[in-house]
Amino acid sequence: MKTLEELAQLREQMKAKMAIRSTEGKLRVVVGMATCGIAAGARPVLNTLTDEVSKEGLTDKVTVSQTGCIGICQFEPVIEVFDGESKVTYVKMTPDKAKRIVAEHLKGGKVVQEYTIGSSNV
Amino acid sequence: MKELSLNILDIAMNSVKAGAAHLGIELDETVSPLLTIIIRDDGCGMSEEFVRRLSDPFCTTRTTRKVGLGVPFYLLAAEQTGGGVTIESTPEPDPNHGTTVTAVFHKDHIDFTPLGDIISTITTLIHGYPDIALEFSHRFPTHEVVLSTEEIKAMLGDIPINTLEILNWIRDFLEEQYDHQS
Repeated sequence: MKTLEELAQLREQMKAKMAIRSTEGKLRVVVGMATCGIAAGARPVLNTLTDEVSKEGLTDKVTVSQTGCIGICQFEPVIEVFDGESKVTYVKMTPDKAKRIVAEHLKGGKVVQEYTIGSSNV
Repeated sequence: MKELSLNILDIAMNSVKAGAAHLGIELDETVSPLLTIIIRDDGCGMSEEFVRRLSDPFCTTRTTRKVGLGVPFYLLAAEQTGGGVTIESTPEPDPNHGTTVTAVFHKDHIDFTPLGDIISTITTLIHGYPDIALEFSHRFPTHEVVLSTEEIKAMLGDIPINTLEILNWIRDFLEEQYDHQS
């Protein structure tokens, strides 16, 4: 049975790791979590993103956060990737599409054009 | 919404938007065949007039659209089982400001929406809003699942509660408690 005391151990293990995590020069991934996003399936997309970012070892390079309604409810679930001043908007997300975005865009640096709002596929 | 846990996440987002420092999510299944869900916060609260208009989809605080469907969806989910939703709210500047949303569902009704992945709803809230003090409980006739983010934070010191390692621990912690009931 898990106990809160385990957290003390976990804390010691994480202290060293946390020291190197900073928010400078990071890619920022934002998931729309208003009624429109949640109803369209944003929760599993968000969970996939956080899991994959960790599995791919990108936690020092990428932050994943939540926001409200982005304003394009018909395209939900929507995620936005901010890199400094520039932004890429991915629409009609699924957990599988989110995995590709982590591997190809967040890790590989190459935008997955076919999932962006400008693509004719959406 | 495909799962009640998604409605819970959506309604809890209203507490977040109301600036709540404390958020309580209490599920009770001790009285068969009912599921009672209480979501309470100490956010800014709403006027009597606003609470009256809440079931209207054209009542919303969002600025991107003139439609707000969160509360109407929740009302529908409860009422279609023969249950209902009551909303009590005290607006600022009253020192006891905050909102309590109580929903009752009849689980034996054919239109009852399954609860679904409530653990993901809790971890999603902690991920997005780590500063809120969240108290979660789920009561069954012989068992109770509980989680307090403040207890966890006290053990973590300066390690943020919304790091993936801790969120995974919270998921396991809740899963184990749910498994123990059977």
